[in-house]
Amino acid sequence: MVVNYVWLIPLFPLLGFLITGLLNRKLSKGLTGIVACGSIAASFVVSLLIFLHENSTHAIVNVPLFDWITSGTFKAGFSFLVDPLSALFLMIITGVGFLIHVYSTGYMHDDDGFRRFFSYLNLFIFFMLLLVLGNNYLIMFVGWEGVGLCSYLLIGFWFKNTSYNNAAKKAFIMNRIGDLGFLLGILLIFTTFGSITYKDVFAQASGFGANNPTIIAITLLLFIGAIGKSAQIPLYTWLPDAMAGPTPVSALIHAATMVTAGIYMIARSNVLYSLAPVSMEVVAGIGLFTAIFGATIGIFQNDIKKVLAYSTVSQLGYMFLGLGVGAYSGAVFHVATHAFFKALLFLGSGSVIHAMSGEQDIRKMGGLKKHLPITHITFLIGTIAISGIPPFAGFFSKDEILAHAFAHNNFFWILGLVGSLMTCFYMFRLYFLTFHGKFRGTHEQEHHLHESPSSMTIPLMVLAVLAMVGGFMGVPDALMRNSHWLSGFLSPVLGLSFTGLSESKELSLMIISVALLVVVIGLAHVVYVKRGQLPAEEGAEISPLQKVVYNKYYVDEIYEMLITKPLNMISSIFDRIIESKFIDGIVNGVGTMVNKASGGLRLMQTGHIGFYLFAMVLSIVLMLFVKFF
Amino acid sequence: MNNVINGVPLNYYILLSAILFTIGVLGVLFRRNAIIIFMCIELMLNAVNLLLVAFSRYLSDSSGQVFVFFIMAVAAAEVAVGLAILTMIYRNTKSSDIDVLNKLKW
Amino acid sequence: MITQYLFYFLSVLVIFSALMVVFSKNPVHSVLYLIVTFFGIAGHYFLLNAQFLAAVHIIVYAGAIMVLFLYVIMMLNLNEEVEPHKPVWIKFAAVIAGGLLMITLVGSLKGAEVISKANPENTNIGLVENLGATLFGPFLLPFEISSVLFLAAMVGAVMLGKKEIH
Repeated sequence: MVVNYVWLIPLFPLLGFLITGLLNRKLSKGLTGIVACGSIAASFVVSLLIFLHENSTHAIVNVPLFDWITSGTFKAGFSFLVDPLSALFLMIITGVGFLIHVYSTGYMHDDDGFRRFFSYLNLFIFFMLLLVLGNNYLIMFVGWEGVGLCSYLLIGFWFKNTSYNNAAKKAFIMNRIGDLGFLLGILLIFTTFGSITYKDVFAQASGFGANNPTIIAITLLLFIGAIGKSAQIPLYTWLPDAMAGPTPVSALIHAATMVTAGIYMIARSNVLYSLAPVSMEVVAGIGLFTAIFGATIGIFQNDIKKVLAYSTVSQLGYMFLGLGVGAYSGAVFHVATHAFFKALLFLGSGSVIHAMSGEQDIRKMGGLKKHLPITHITFLIGTIAISGIPPFAGFFSKDEILAHAFAHNNFFWILGLVGSLMTCFYMFRLYFLTFHGKFRGTHEQEHHLHESPSSMTIPLMVLAVLAMVGGFMGVPDALMRNSHWLSGFLSPVLGLSFTGLSESKELSLMIISVALLVVVIGLAHVVYVKRGQLPAEEGAEISPLQKVVYNKYYVDEIYEMLITKPLNMISSIFDRIIESKFIDGIVNGVGTMVNKASGGLRLMQTGHIGFYLFAMVLSIVLMLFVKFF
Repeated sequence: MNNVINGVPLNYYILLSAILFTIGVLGVLFRRNAIIIFMCIELMLNAVNLLLVAFSRYLSDSSGQVFVFFIMAVAAAEVAVGLAILTMIYRNTKSSDIDVLNKLKW
Repeated sequence: MITQYLFYFLSVLVIFSALMVVFSKNPVHSVLYLIVTFFGIAGHYFLLNAQFLAAVHIIVYAGAIMVLFLYVIMMLNLNEEVEPHKPVWIKFAAVIAGGLLMITLVGSLKGAEVISKANPENTNIGLVENLGATLFGPFLLPFEISSVLFLAAMVGAVMLGKKEIH
């Protein structure tokens, strides 16, 4: 049975990592690219076979590999779990991962760290696959930490630049905060259920009943982990800074896969969350707030990648909103479609940056339509998809989440819609400013403009097709009956979810949102194309409100003031008083004491054998005495 | 009484061995001449040998006697090397007094 | 009965000569007393039906080791005059320490349990035939390894004993 060969999937990237990482300089660039892409392609083929198998059987299969940790009652087997949910994630990771690998061979071609880049990328895929394949929380945690490490390595990929290194450290440390929550959650799971395998935990959890405080604590702790990894308020600030990494990294790690690990984790633990409505409310609230918050910042950003980064934060917020209102399969659906169109957008922006010789400021772009025709078309498709215009992918998934939100609470729907309109606005703003109007860069840049090589445009085209048709895996009942394939596919893991809304109501919601979206697009067109309005230059006079948003609500500065500075202060106090007085005192005191004591004791070391013999005999007497009396 | 060998209680052999062993220890502590100390060590080894043979006889198990063989082998090797070392020391210090050898200290 | 008398006689002989080893002033006398001790112990082996071991004991100890001792003492020309002596208080301490050890040993053996006999009474285990079967049966490997020990000892003794080359 093909499922039993699931271990091959993470094995290929691991081998790829070892080969490209260890042989490094001995491998030519071409060979490195072939090994790296080939390993992911091999994983993709196995994943595809498993996916097809899962599609026909919907089986939940546990594949034990070996005993990993056995200590007392604690057991952690190194086993993989193959079910529809993990199969879907396998497809996203290996599929999108493969396209981005191919893209990278073109994008990173002239970089000195070409081989290093691919070894990191393969390692990342390995850990990500481990994360989704594990059959218990500990393996998930290993993958979780592993992708965090790779994220750190890849953000700081150009390590000669200090600010990039700082961004990498920021990402690592903020993730650490979340990871602590996750780890505590796992420990609490173990102490509560005596096991960490999903199967045992979920089987026992239903016996606890709803609103059990322990379950609420577990779910909240796990959610803290998800907040860190999936960049939600208040731990989202690392993600925009993470754009310091190469653009394919932003596409793969910080848009398509790693940041969705939090969604995977909560979807995986849906049994626990369903028992804790309080936690669900928290998840939905934070998700919704993040969605709007990220979208408002996105409107005023001028860096092409920063806009996409805040858009990712915002879209992740939608996914959490979906999880929070019980639309588990909707959230996973959005993960899949988001992976397509956000990877597409990032890769498209990479193509633009490549053509602009590294320029990322959209105020210096414009009119790229005729120079980069393929990038332009694919980027436009991505923009439409993320905005939620039917029949592109984003529409279906976002609509499913919003419909559930409406069923849960009308107010959520309104806020979600507002966020979605803002998403549409800033994405079209980005699109118009980049591809329409006149070119605003320097003369040399204009001269240099060129379409990217085919290794970069082919993945763009593939992703564009996926972004167009990806939504059809989950057509809502309101449009066509019994065509929501995804929901049925995932039902063995996530259960079936219904909005409970009448079809006419659902249909009217869709029409309202689409109509408003069209209006917003028109608005963006008028502002940025017809009037040709440009974002204000650096240092120009802008309204205070705009300034606050442009500076990302000063969140970084607030964190700096509230957390970093006091922490530094406390640390320096500790350094000056506790460290130098107490700890050094203890350490040095022990040293001095040993020195003095040994100064006296060493006089016993007379060198006279006779004395030693006496000591030996008396010691033996003493030992016998202690033993027998 | 089943702990008797040829009319002699096993305890007597144990006691005899203990006495012999103690005499060996006493000699090691008592004398300064390295060669005498060496001989006293042989005495201790023999005390143990005697005990092993007595137990072997008592338990009708020949392993004990084989052990004695090995102890003899070790003793012979030890004497050969030990005496070589002693002659070396004597050659260098013109003495076989162990108290002369007091360099091994702090 | 005769064995009991022999046992007491040999025991007294062994203890006496062992004490004389320690307390003789002349090293040569010590060696001679030690030879007597070894003969006494060999006698004990005979009493314990370990005839072969007794023979080997006499050959190895009295024949080889003690000759070696005697030879070294004579070569170094040690005698009563050059014999070093410890101060009286150390001798006193040595006797006390030895006595303590004796008391502890005996005391700790006092409470020991008597092992029950596992095998049937067999007075022939000390014969060459049986001993050889054990030595070349279960103990074959240690036996062969002990030859390496001898080789090492031989090389060591030669190395130490030869004149230093300047």
